[in-house]
Amino acid sequence: MSSDLTLLHTRDLQTGYLSGSRRTVITQGPLDLEILAGQLICLLGPNGAGKSTLLRTLAGLQPALQGSIEIEGEATKRLTPVQLAKKVSLVLTDRVASSNLTVYSLVALGRYPYSSWLGLLSEADKSVIEWAVSMTGIESLIDRKMHTLSDGENQKVMLARALAQDTPILMLDEPTAHLDLPSRIQLMRLLHRLARQTHKGILLSTHELDLALQVAGEVWLLQPGGQLHRGAPEDLVLNGVFEEAFVKDGVLYDKAAGAFIIHSDNTVPITLTGSGVAAFWTQRALQRQGFVVNTPGDSLHTVHVSEEGGVIRWRLEGKDQTQIYGSIGTLLNVLRFREK
Amino acid sequence: MEGTLKKGRIIGLLLLLLLAFLLDISIGSIKIPLGEVFRILFSFHSENSTWQFIVEKIRFPKACTAVLAGFGLSVGGLQMQTLFRNPLADPAVLGVTSGANLGVASIMLAGGGSASLYAIKELGFSGSWLITCAACAGAGGVMLLVLALSSRLNSNVMMLIIGIMIGSITLSVISIWQYLSDPDLVKEYLLWNFGSLGGVTGSQLVILSLVVAAGLIIAFLSSKKLDALLLGENYARSMGLTPKKARIIIICSTSLLAGGITAFCGPIGFVGIAVPHITRSLFNTSSHRILIPACCLVGSVLMLLCDTAAQLPGFQTVLPINIITALIGAPLVIWIILHKNNLRNFG
Repeated sequence: MSSDLTLLHTRDLQTGYLSGSRRTVITQGPLDLEILAGQLICLLGPNGAGKSTLLRTLAGLQPALQGSIEIEGEATKRLTPVQLAKKVSLVLTDRVASSNLTVYSLVALGRYPYSSWLGLLSEADKSVIEWAVSMTGIESLIDRKMHTLSDGENQKVMLARALAQDTPILMLDEPTAHLDLPSRIQLMRLLHRLARQTHKGILLSTHELDLALQVAGEVWLLQPGGQLHRGAPEDLVLNGVFEEAFVKDGVLYDKAAGAFIIHSDNTVPITLTGSGVAAFWTQRALQRQGFVVNTPGDSLHTVHVSEEGGVIRWRLEGKDQTQIYGSIGTLLNVLRFREK
Repeated sequence: MEGTLKKGRIIGLLLLLLLAFLLDISIGSIKIPLGEVFRILFSFHSENSTWQFIVEKIRFPKACTAVLAGFGLSVGGLQMQTLFRNPLADPAVLGVTSGANLGVASIMLAGGGSASLYAIKELGFSGSWLITCAACAGAGGVMLLVLALSSRLNSNVMMLIIGIMIGSITLSVISIWQYLSDPDLVKEYLLWNFGSLGGVTGSQLVILSLVVAAGLIIAFLSSKKLDALLLGENYARSMGLTPKKARIIIICSTSLLAGGITAFCGPIGFVGIAVPHITRSLFNTSSHRILIPACCLVGSVLMLLCDTAAQLPGFQTVLPINIITALIGAPLVIWIILHKNNLRNFG
C-alpha cells in the first residue's frame, strides 16, 4: 500500500480521551489512513465527531488509544518531541495573546526545533523564515504586533510559522473558522498551492464543505458514530456517501447541483424554459419562492428566459395572459400577487 | 535600529543602577556624601572611620541584598507570568514564599518556647541563622511538594491553582499558630513579615548570591523554552518542547529565587508582579533572552530606590521594605496600564 509518496500512515488507529480509569473512545476505529506528499486532505464532519481529537492524535499531541502511526516509516511513539516537531507542524485554534510578540518573532519561533539552545537564528534559519513569509504573502505584516492583526492575517501568520518549521506534514485545525468569505477562499487557495508547490502533505479540518470539495484532493468524512469515509470528493458525491452523511440531520445534498438543498418543501409546479446563466439564476429564484421547477405534470405558469444583445427578458405565460418583464424581482412580485 | 534602541536602554539602566546603588548607600540616618561613598567603595579607605564602618558593614551589604532581591523576584515573576500565561502571577503563586513563612512561623510561634526565643534574642532576630534555616526548610519543602505534583499534572493552569491552594493552606496553618500564640511572639513574627534587607551580611550574603545566581542561570538557560510557551502549551509541544520538563525547570528556578530571597529577607511583595510589566513596556519585546537581563536591571533599580525611600533622612525610623515596594510599584503599574492599555497581554 505505502509508496515513496506516503508521508504518514496509520494502522488500526483508535483515538479518544482517557478519563481516569474509564475509557472514552471518541473516534472509533480502527482507522487505516494515509497522507501522501503533495496531497491536500480535508477532514469533514459535524461538531463532536472527533475531528480535533483525530488531528491531535495524528500530530502526536495526544496518545492513540490503540494502533500505530508511522511518519516517513518511523513510529511516532519512538520519536523524541524535537524529532516529531521536524516532521509535523500545526496551526491550531488557540489564540496567541501576547502583546509584545511581533509577527517576525512569531514566525521565527517556527525554527524552535532547529535553533541553538538560546534560540539564536542561523543564516539558514533566517532564509527559511524569509521563504515562509513570502510564501504566505505577509511581508507587509512582519513588524506588526500579533494583537493588532485581523483574524485573516492572524491565520496567515500562524501558517507562516508552521511553514518555517519546515516539516513534510502540515496539519491545521479549522483554519477557516472566524474568517470572512474572501479570507477563507484566499487561505484555501494558498493551502492548495502550497500542497502542489512544496509537496507537503496537508491535512485540515473544516466545516467549509463547498470549499473543501473544490480544493481537496481527498476528503475524510468523519461520522458521529466514529466511521470515517475517505476518497476523492467527487467519488464521495457520486457514490452517495455525502448524501447519506447529511440526510440523517434532515439536510439534503443535491448531487446534480453540487449544493445543499435548502428549499426542500416546495409544492407548486412551474415550467422554466431557456438556458444559460440567466436560466440558472431564475431557477434559484423560483425555488426560493416555493416553486418546483420543471417537474412532470401540470403547471399553472411557464417562464421563458431569453437573451438578445445582452438584454435579458422574462416572459411569463399564464392561463389567459402573457407578459414580459425586465428583472427577476418584478417577475417574482407578479407571481407572488397571482398566487393570492 | 531597534537593536541600538534596546542597547541604549540597557546602558541607561546600568548607569541608573550604579547611581541608585551609590544613592542607597549614601542616604540614611547618617548622610554620607556621594563622593565619599565612591572613595570608600573603590579604595576601601576613608578619613572618617565611622562612615567607613557604616558603608562596609551595613549599607554595602544591604544594597547588595537589594540588588539580589531585585534580580531574583523580578525574574521569578517574569517566569511565572509566562509559564501560567497570567499577568497577575508572581513568584508567590507557587506557594514557595508561604512555605518560607511557615518555616519561620514554626520556629517563632509553634516552638512557642523559650528555646527558640532565646536563640533569636541571642543571635539577633533578622539575621538569625535559625530563622533563615527554618525559612529555607519551609520553602524547600513546599518546592519539593509542588515539583512532585507538577510532574503528575498535564496542564499549567492546574499547576497554578494547586500552587495557590498550597499557599492558602500554609497561610491558614500560620494563622492558627498566630491565633494561639503569645502576642509578643506574634509581634516578632509580624516584624519578620514586613521584610528586611538589612540582616543579610557576610557569609549569608555569599550564600544568597549563590542561590540567586543558580536560579538566574537556570532561568536564562530556559529562555528559549519560555519564548515557546508564549504560544501556549499546545503550540510549544508541537515545536518539540516537553511541557512537563520545561515546567519543572522553570519551577526549580523560581523556587530557588523566591525561596532564597524570602528566607533571607522575609516576604517582599509586588516586585515580582510589577517589574516584568515595566520591563516589557520599556523594551517592547517578548524575547526572554532580552527580558531576563532587562528584568534584573529594572528590578534591582526599583529595589534600590525603594530601599532609599524607606530610609529617607528626616525620618528617624526606617520603614519596612515590603510596604515601600507596593507603595512605589502599584502606581507604576497603574500608570503603565493607563498609558499602554496592555496588561491583558503578558508576553
